[in-house]
Amino acid sequence: MIFGLFNYWIVILMMMLGFYVVIEANNLIKKIIGLNIFQTSVFILYISMGKITGGTAPILTEGVEIYANPLPQVLILTAIVVGVATTALGLALIVRIKEAYDTIEEDEIYLQDRTLK
Amino acid sequence: MATATASIFLRDLFALVMLFGIFSLLTASFFLNLDAPDVAMTEAAIGAGISPILMLGTLALIRNRSAPRVKKTIRATMAPILAVTITGAALIYASFDMPYLADPQAPAHNHVAPRYIQQSLQEIGIPNAVTSVLASYRGYDTLGEVFVIFTAGIGVLALLGFMHNTSGRRYSQFADTASLDHHTILHVISKIAIPLILLFAFYVQFHGEYSPGGGFQAGVIFAVAFILYAMIYGLETVYKVVSMRLIRMTMVAGVLLYAGTGVASLFLGGNYLDYGTLAHEPVHGQHLGIILIELGVALCVASVMLSTFLCFAGRAAVRPDEMEEGDKPT
Repeated sequence: MIFGLFNYWIVILMMMLGFYVVIEANNLIKKIIGLNIFQTSVFILYISMGKITGGTAPILTEGVEIYANPLPQVLILTAIVVGVATTALGLALIVRIKEAYDTIEEDEIYLQDRTLK
Repeated sequence: MATATASIFLRDLFALVMLFGIFSLLTASFFLNLDAPDVAMTEAAIGAGISPILMLGTLALIRNRSAPRVKKTIRATMAPILAVTITGAALIYASFDMPYLADPQAPAHNHVAPRYIQQSLQEIGIPNAVTSVLASYRGYDTLGEVFVIFTAGIGVLALLGFMHNTSGRRYSQFADTASLDHHTILHVISKIAIPLILLFAFYVQFHGEYSPGGGFQAGVIFAVAFILYAMIYGLETVYKVVSMRLIRMTMVAGVLLYAGTGVASLFLGGNYLDYGTLAHEPVHGQHLGIILIELGVALCVASVMLSTFLCFAGRAAVRPDEMEEGDKPT
């Protein structure tokens, strides 16, 4: 029955993949995508917690007794939209960084900052 | 999973963005499988629709397609792997204390959730428990999230938006779409599809109390319809329908409508965002309140998404020297 935990392992694996991309990637867009993967893993963690055996979607109808937990769904629903809004902000920052530094590679930006001082 | 893994090794940013779209669509189907249709809908519209478009817009603006290969020292390669492995191992160790998947005895199912499921039909009077929790029980949270979205929209406007908004400037086509102008099939299909998408957005908005949907999803779908239109017919045509000024106004109007509903219930003698006071019957008041704030959410979300897209696209459009970049997605 240890396999009942497999959802957490998938989430952890994905989270670590995203984490790895965030700290390893040199390119800022790749970093944003890594962050998004990390974020998605958190979404999956919440939604899989809301799942219940024999349950159905939380839209109340007659003759159905068991529903999935609506609360994590609400939290994640709004989190997804907030996530894309913040991603857009990050991308806008990248565009401005590109205009200022003419690169989106982290080490080159760092190098330029160092040489300026 | 595989798509997530591939995204580490890909250096071609265009393929990376496409893979990310596929990844989001798969996640959406996964959510549907876990009995969360509302979330699946949002994820499909956002993850597979808007975020790849925004990322592509960024790629068009920064005009480099692939990340150069960097020579790294052994330490620089090993350190992230080590950090990730240690964190992952710790988390897996922690997972042994977690309840099993779909276990009815799990703590998450036994505190506040049963109350939402059993009482919301009497207290709020709408079948979709997700909507009643979102709009009524946890209205404060949602108001906060709307403000976050609003702030992010303002941030993007401040970073990218105001430079090129002078009147008299001629908008050329969005960089990525310069070649779409003579695609007859796209024109015909989009002419059929866009009204349907808009109609579906309205359905999702106003039927959200009874079926999966609501303000967030409707706002996103609504914005997607306009974005599609802009991509195929060019920015100029869109600006004829909605000006940047109008979008900014609706953005503010959405937030104000939400917050104003709360203030109205305050004046009518209830708590902030307590819709029961809005009508004679508390349940009717709840209905009215939910419709109003969902409208506010949809207005705010749709205009933030649209203004963000138009900022990216408009910035590409005023710099025609970058046009040749976005033509051939290989």
